[in-house]
Amino acid sequence: MADSGDIALPDTSTPGVPRIELRDVKKRFGHKRVLNGVSFKVMPGESLVIIGGSGTGKSVTLKCILGIIRCDSGQILLDGQPDDSSDRRTFLKQFGMLFQGGALFDSLSVWQNVAFRLRHARRPMPRKEARERAIEKLRRVGLGPETADLYPAELSGGMQKRVGLARAIATDPRIIFFDEPTAGLDPIMAGVINDLIRELVTEMGATAVTITHDMTTVRTVADHVAMLHDGKVQWFGRIEDMDSATDPYLDQFIHGRATGPIAAIR
Amino acid sequence: MILLRLVVAFLASIGRSTLGLLMATGRLAIFAGNALSQIARPPYYPVELGRQLLSVGYFSLPVVGMTALFTGAALALQIWAGGARFNAGTVVPSIVAIGIVRELGPVLGGLMVAGRVSSSIAAEIGTMRVTEQIDALTTLSTDPMKYLVLPRVLAGILAVPVLVAIGDVIGIFGGYLIGTTRLGFNSGAYIKNTLDFLTATDIASSLVKACAFGFILTLMGCYHGYHSGRGAQGVGAATTNAVVSASILILAANYVLTEAFF
Repeated sequence: MADSGDIALPDTSTPGVPRIELRDVKKRFGHKRVLNGVSFKVMPGESLVIIGGSGTGKSVTLKCILGIIRCDSGQILLDGQPDDSSDRRTFLKQFGMLFQGGALFDSLSVWQNVAFRLRHARRPMPRKEARERAIEKLRRVGLGPETADLYPAELSGGMQKRVGLARAIATDPRIIFFDEPTAGLDPIMAGVINDLIRELVTEMGATAVTITHDMTTVRTVADHVAMLHDGKVQWFGRIEDMDSATDPYLDQFIHGRATGPIAAIR
Repeated sequence: MILLRLVVAFLASIGRSTLGLLMATGRLAIFAGNALSQIARPPYYPVELGRQLLSVGYFSLPVVGMTALFTGAALALQIWAGGARFNAGTVVPSIVAIGIVRELGPVLGGLMVAGRVSSSIAAEIGTMRVTEQIDALTTLSTDPMKYLVLPRVLAGILAVPVLVAIGDVIGIFGGYLIGTTRLGFNSGAYIKNTLDFLTATDIASSLVKACAFGFILTLMGCYHGYHSGRGAQGVGAATTNAVVSASILILAANYVLTEAFF
């Protein structure tokens, strides 16, 4: 198959094998232990939402899966196989990621941001075709073609998030990560982004992992929920079971109580 | 007992500083090696290289040109005033040429470009680090060393010698202007004297120094930006460190290269 523009790899998953599996992953920065044996599985096409207080290692978990941060011990398996670091480009072709602040490249226009991977592949997609693809993806996230030639500094926070989302899905990846997709947005825009994420994940059949503090996002996006606390998965279960769960940590977190087993000041 | 503790604490602080310096040197060497090794590994980003050549070279031209012009003019006046004390005022053209080409052109040019370019590179890459744009590059299957660092370092190596060569000519012209308008030199004699005195080694040393300074100033900008701390304070510190370290390393490299050439 031609890989012009680094279109995502074909789906080669084996039935019953998790798309992503973490086994006892540990990571420390200096004396600070951030991940202390994190384990979970995400099946193909499922949407997992990771919740937890600030500094509990949610972003570090995603960055370990992507290989941006190397974990100290434990295993990270994709489709049952450990990451083969010899070909990072092929490995990363499977992923799309929406960053908390959008992480759009200031020096590039909106369409160039969206089409970045297509234009910087080993066999770059021609400019005209890449621009058309970018405009199509922008339309998919609710932005008109008139935004294509704007620069990130000219966009509102909500529009930047949408452009980030369009960039994340530009190559139809098999796995999409969303890091705090609604942080800093008003409730209406947050609702729009949540609905978009749910639609896109369902439509594309992608496996999604979302990090959030926003319980509306959790309820809109999640099939499964994992709560991280003290570097470990404190609770893991289906979204339907979250409200009836008896775990005191989860109960305190989802109801936003200041008192409980999680210290308010960490 | 207290004296012994003080001595141990003093020695420990020296040891810590030495280890810190060695670690920083090692990190910088690995960073530089990693950046340069990207030359041998495609893909390449010629558009990025072109953009950096413009930024490092073309847009630094006014700064380097003005610096060279005024330095050449001031140098002519100084040599004239100093030489007049022992009836050697006529050496102005040759000393201006040698002074500018061998030392002042590359060193002052390098320092001025370091002030302009190292800070800008460190601030830009530092901001990209803080706003997760570098992580975004990685997730988009693009190596930040190849996309961000290599084009900037190559632009420094390629553009700074051209800048310095132009600066050398402008500096000599500054001396020529003062020499012919204020010091009474004949125009043709001034030019002849300048050309007769300069050797190929002088010019080669100027360009080799400029290459080295271009490498240093872009590398320091990239290194400090890439390892920038969090927030505005982190980016500010990266910018300051880039300019200070680039300036010091340029002066140190200038001494080493001068020893090597002459």
